[in-house]
Amino acid sequence: MAFAVILVAIVIISVLFHFLSPWQATPLASNWGSIDTTITITLVITGIFFVAIVLFMAYCVYKYQVIPGRRSEYKPENKKLEWWLISITTLAICGLLAPGLVVYNDFVHVPPNAVEFEAVGEQWRWSYRLPGDDKKFGRTSVRLMDDRNSFGIDPDDKAGQDDILVAGNQMHLLVNQPTKVLLRSKDVLHDFYVPEFRAKMDLVPGQVTYFWFTPTVPGTFDILCAEYCGIGHYNMRGQVVVDKAQDYEEWLSQQITFADVLTGGTVEGLVEQGQRLAASRGCLACHSIDGGPSLGPGWLNLSGSEESLIDGSKVLVDADYLIESIVDPAVKLVAGYPPVMVAYEFSDEQLDSLVAYIDSLSSDDLSQPSTQPTED
Amino acid sequence: MAYADDAEHEELHEPTSFISKYVWSQDHKVIAIQYSLIAIFVGLVALVLSAMMRMQIGFPESIDMDSTEYYQAMTMHGMIMVIYLLTALFLGGFGNYLIPLMVGARDMVFPFVNMLSVWFYLLSVLVLLASFFVPGGPTGAGWTLYPPQAITQGTPGAEWGIILMLVSLIIFIVAATMGGLNYVTTVLQARTHGMTMFRMPLTVWGIFVATILALLAFPALFVSGIMMLLDTTIGTSFFMPDMFSPNQGTALDYTGGSPILFQHLFWFFGHPEVYIVALPAFGLVSDLISVHARRSIFGYRMMVWAIVVIGVLSFVVWAHHMYVSGMNPYFGFFFAVTTLVIAVPTALKVYNWLLTLWRGNIHLTVPMLFSLAFIVTFLVGGLTGLFLGNVVVDIPLSDTYFVVAHFHMVMGVAPVLVVFGSIYHWYPKITGRMLHDGIGKLHFWITFLGTYLIYFPMHYLGFLGMPRRYYAWEGYQVINPESAQSLNAFITVMAIIVGISQLLFLFNMVYSYFKGKPSGGNPWKATSLEWLTPETPPKHGNWGPSLPVVHRWAYDYGVPGAALDYTPQTTSGEEVPIHESDHNE
Repeated sequence: MAFAVILVAIVIISVLFHFLSPWQATPLASNWGSIDTTITITLVITGIFFVAIVLFMAYCVYKYQVIPGRRSEYKPENKKLEWWLISITTLAICGLLAPGLVVYNDFVHVPPNAVEFEAVGEQWRWSYRLPGDDKKFGRTSVRLMDDRNSFGIDPDDKAGQDDILVAGNQMHLLVNQPTKVLLRSKDVLHDFYVPEFRAKMDLVPGQVTYFWFTPTVPGTFDILCAEYCGIGHYNMRGQVVVDKAQDYEEWLSQQITFADVLTGGTVEGLVEQGQRLAASRGCLACHSIDGGPSLGPGWLNLSGSEESLIDGSKVLVDADYLIESIVDPAVKLVAGYPPVMVAYEFSDEQLDSLVAYIDSLSSDDLSQPSTQPTED
Repeated sequence: MAYADDAEHEELHEPTSFISKYVWSQDHKVIAIQYSLIAIFVGLVALVLSAMMRMQIGFPESIDMDSTEYYQAMTMHGMIMVIYLLTALFLGGFGNYLIPLMVGARDMVFPFVNMLSVWFYLLSVLVLLASFFVPGGPTGAGWTLYPPQAITQGTPGAEWGIILMLVSLIIFIVAATMGGLNYVTTVLQARTHGMTMFRMPLTVWGIFVATILALLAFPALFVSGIMMLLDTTIGTSFFMPDMFSPNQGTALDYTGGSPILFQHLFWFFGHPEVYIVALPAFGLVSDLISVHARRSIFGYRMMVWAIVVIGVLSFVVWAHHMYVSGMNPYFGFFFAVTTLVIAVPTALKVYNWLLTLWRGNIHLTVPMLFSLAFIVTFLVGGLTGLFLGNVVVDIPLSDTYFVVAHFHMVMGVAPVLVVFGSIYHWYPKITGRMLHDGIGKLHFWITFLGTYLIYFPMHYLGFLGMPRRYYAWEGYQVINPESAQSLNAFITVMAIIVGISQLLFLFNMVYSYFKGKPSGGNPWKATSLEWLTPETPPKHGNWGPSLPVVHRWAYDYGVPGAALDYTPQTTSGEEVPIHESDHNE
């Protein structure tokens, strides 16, 4: 009896929880309402089976609980009943599968009016590329990637010259514009996932993957990496800003092209060089520059401060300490941060520029540029 | 039945010393216990790791754990639970103990290979545990070990941990193969007089088909393990594409390999692996339900064919783990169909368990309680599988906590409930004593309701979009309303309670070994051969001078006209009529 009651209680509480739970899907912000519909269909059909089966079990446990001396029925098989059950189940499965495959068919067919952009993933940050006026992306190769060309675009490919590069973690999209996102990884697997858009897809090094969606609600949305990519996986932050036409055009007009990058960087101060390096080599994935929380020690007002190490000692943050911590991070570990940084290889000049950049982020050095990340 | 004739004439080589009886033993029962004890020990390690992870998720302030340690705990927890606990326990533990006894054999057909199997298993566990003590610690690549990340900087244990993990898996597969060849051959060759395939208990069918799956699926993992070892040690590029190394500032030397190739190989193993765990559980639970409901299993033939069909289909569904992996999206149509088709034979099994209860005479013993809890848990896990198998529904849910909840329900908790039920059921045969009933019931209620409270709400974090394998969620607007954190804290509290309650089970196992009520040979009044051994626990050779002779299937409960409500398989048709035409041809 008690067991039967508990089974019934499980059914009631589970169903109530479903309807009362505050943890539901985020408000939809793309065209993939049809995916939500398939989830609802699946919930209804599986919910009916769940309720029916557990209640039947409760009934059996209640009705056929042991009575000493009673014999169970000896009827080892009932072909007719079994085929009935198989048929009903098969019907239900078709009810799940048919709408699912119809919507999936939409998912794999990119509409011809979709515009393309590229999201590039690396440990543990995002950057983006637009094809520019010619609507063609330039060829890329990891062999061409360096501090100046973090996208690895082939300078000899004409199609790449007008590619628009967005080096920060934030990408802008035009509302109600069908959009095909091309996904490229520089190092390991990642996954481009915006919960409000519902759709997601892995980034696979060595190939370009894609999916499409139409953003339908203006606003700012988090991009989450949804494929495990190492110790900084949880911290691989990005954002999509969905703009109305005017805002989008304004944003677009401020972006630089690959040609600008190739020609613009000839005269560059140490600080600017360091800033560029910090962005292109992924330092900023783990070190915040605005005082916000980050995986490693933030760089705002770091230079000249005193850090507590895990052995309890203190160290003054000067150029020597910074350089040592870049090329051999395991030697002096700062308390409160995981020992996850790997050793980086830079030339002496590059190291000097990084130190100069970090110095520039300390408030006592007012002559230097603002502490805001330029790519934002 | 040539084996059965020979087995009655051959001399039994009784072990003569303590060492040959309990350490270098070739007796399947001792090997089963060795397998089980190692598996339970390493499972406890994985349980502690999961408690640490849950503390980090639920109460990050209260535990000093960095993301490296978190990912290492996550990886080792998953790998240990799936491979080193569940696979080893079902095949090496229950398979070893029950197959020879249930088919009426004296032992496995290759006892020496069987002994090697358990020692290789122990070696694989030692290599695995050794990775906790090497520089850099164990691998934190996630239990799926996806390259390139598994062997590159930025993943914990990329120097030594991953190598030890791969070597350990390779050794484990050697062990599983030696064991598996034994189980299959024993079932095919060593059944006693009258034990036809269609008179075997479903436990034997489940383990038999699961073993065949293991023999066909593990090679895929074996070769991918070796290929990844070559990639990481001598720089081949099987799975390694052209890629950039941020810390070196240049491209790595790899070129042209395919990370997705690894995923195909891994899941070609990994999906059948789910059924390598599930099919033995299906078999065991069928027997528990039939015995404790005092009713013949409903639709025996259908149950057997369902096991076989599920086994075959399990080899053509693997890419449902890869819907968003970047493989050709058109594969999604095929794999969605095959995956949902597999739900039909699986649902049939659930119906038949329920129809076995129907018009039965249900004894709510501890094994029965665990069996019923299994049905509920497996039902939820199976139904949520219909979300994830249906390609377009999977797209938003993939890699979220919905997946974590689903697979813990369906292949974590559900099989573990069967493990507990089966241990409560067969412990009397193994030790001659009953486990303590009161402690058993307390353990049951905490485990069943606790795990339901952990995993049922967890699905809703997945609907919310909370990605799995996150060390922390600070600063994400979408997934970090305070309520999500409060649910996480609740789940952690339940997980800790369930984890600690397993001490009840351990205590019961030890306490009852010394103080348990003597059970006699057949405390549950069951029909299958293992309950009919001349001694309990069975002695070396199991059966005394002559092997049992089987006249009927293993499910004759409540036979009309019989004096007792159960009719052992050795009872002849003259004593109690045989109704085999009703259920067998």
